[in-house]
Amino acid sequence: MPEAKIEDCRGLPCPQPVINTKKALDSMAKGTVTVLVDNDTARENIMMFAGNAGYTAEVEKIEKGYSIKITKGGAAPMETPNDPVAAEGRASTAYLITSNLLGQGSPDLGQVLMKSLMVTLSEADPPPGSLMFLNSGVLLTCQGSPVLEQLKKLSTGATEIISCGTCLEYYKLKDKLAAGRVGNMLDIHRLLSESAKVITVA
Amino acid sequence: MAPAALSQVLRHLPKARDPNLLVGPENSDDAAVYKLGDDLALIQTVDFFTPVMDDPYLFGQVAAANALSDIYAMGGTPLLALNIVCFPNCLPPEVLHRILRGGADKVAEAGAIIAGGHTVQDDVPKYGLAVTGLAHPERILSNAGARPGDMLVLTKPLGTGIINTAIKGDLAPAESVRAALESMLELNRKAAEVMIRWSAGSCTDITGFGLLGHAAEMALASKVTMEIHSSSVPLLPGIKELAAMGMIPAGAYANRDYFSGQVKIPGGTGPEMTAILFDPQTSGGLLISVPASGAGRMMDEMEREGVAAVMVGKVKELSSVPIEVL
Repeated sequence: MPEAKIEDCRGLPCPQPVINTKKALDSMAKGTVTVLVDNDTARENIMMFAGNAGYTAEVEKIEKGYSIKITKGGAAPMETPNDPVAAEGRASTAYLITSNLLGQGSPDLGQVLMKSLMVTLSEADPPPGSLMFLNSGVLLTCQGSPVLEQLKKLSTGATEIISCGTCLEYYKLKDKLAAGRVGNMLDIHRLLSESAKVITVA
Repeated sequence: MAPAALSQVLRHLPKARDPNLLVGPENSDDAAVYKLGDDLALIQTVDFFTPVMDDPYLFGQVAAANALSDIYAMGGTPLLALNIVCFPNCLPPEVLHRILRGGADKVAEAGAIIAGGHTVQDDVPKYGLAVTGLAHPERILSNAGARPGDMLVLTKPLGTGIINTAIKGDLAPAESVRAALESMLELNRKAAEVMIRWSAGSCTDITGFGLLGHAAEMALASKVTMEIHSSSVPLLPGIKELAAMGMIPAGAYANRDYFSGQVKIPGGTGPEMTAILFDPQTSGGLLISVPASGAGRMMDEMEREGVAAVMVGKVKELSSVPIEVL
């Protein structure tokens, strides 16, 4: 049975409105919570929370504040993101890149091929969901890499770029990372298990 | 105060004019600098705030580290400090004793001394210090010394504002709380000593206006454009998750709105990352503009000194906006 609740968070200090909203939503299987707030910080924080937690939210201006209607559940299973960007991210392709060269054989050729792959990926539509760099792959995300331009272009778009922290440390490149961010195995595992398709480049 | 309201108030005040006032209020700098002689300049700053944590001893230390930071950000050495205290009569004096002990210990760690202070009775406790430091007048690192070609280095991760908000909501993971506390307690002393050795041109400390707000002030004063690579910016653990949950302090939004005309942020940047880049910091790190030729070796030395410095961007010729986020 869908429930309907009203949370009056007017007059509450930050971050209490978000906490109350979260508690109200956590306590129901599905339904709507209408939150009343009296400031922009609370409105923005609740919209941020709702979007990232996968709820749909609509804001309506009311006298001295806002009324935010948040809907949980529906036909889709709970926790399914309604945010199109996040949804696309999860359904998209992840690239696991474990070498700075593409393929076995001449290193020069391997480098040319890798650059060509990155140029292609940076122009792909839709762009890849994530690129994960491990082992000598991290040479590609660091200063001096021949593909930095392409990686930076990807990282300003929707593509998540992660370099393995252990690998950066091993190659003494921790200060030289120039594209994307450092990630750990938990991060990488999350992307491997969440992405619709994983392509390994070695 | 929010930057918009503050600039409105300050705009209508008469400007101080004195040839020996090397750094005054015009470039939104960290501290005032007054030239006493050819080889000596006085640096003065004051900073105090309400408790950001329950433990009074830790609060005292963080408030002192935060106040001392303005001296380091100008390239100076702290000499004397005066306590500023607001304290309610409903709290036991022991609490105040522990706050002051925290402040005194941090000031001692900085090699300076507390020479006195002033107390006021108030409903909400507040603590901070007025600090006096010294520097060579020609080696002052104001906001106006960043040059095209310089690299930008940040010496502490961002996120103390978001973590403090999450603590109030009882949602901050223990690891995030611990890391934020460690970061706030750390003096910017070593980072400042290293940057001076590598001829840094400009420096500011990251506090209430967030990374992008303080970077914008530095870029405006230096008449340059700064590129900030958001993916390189170091963050305290759990920050992205807490931001995504809406644990963002009002100050981050106020900063974003006030600096919106000076900062170009790419469309793909989520509202969480934007808020993180504007998150007000307590006892934040130094943002250092250093010539590219010495940047790598400065980073090496920072690492040897145990400063977690990260290159976060570079300085370019002035283009349409002071700050471009990549």
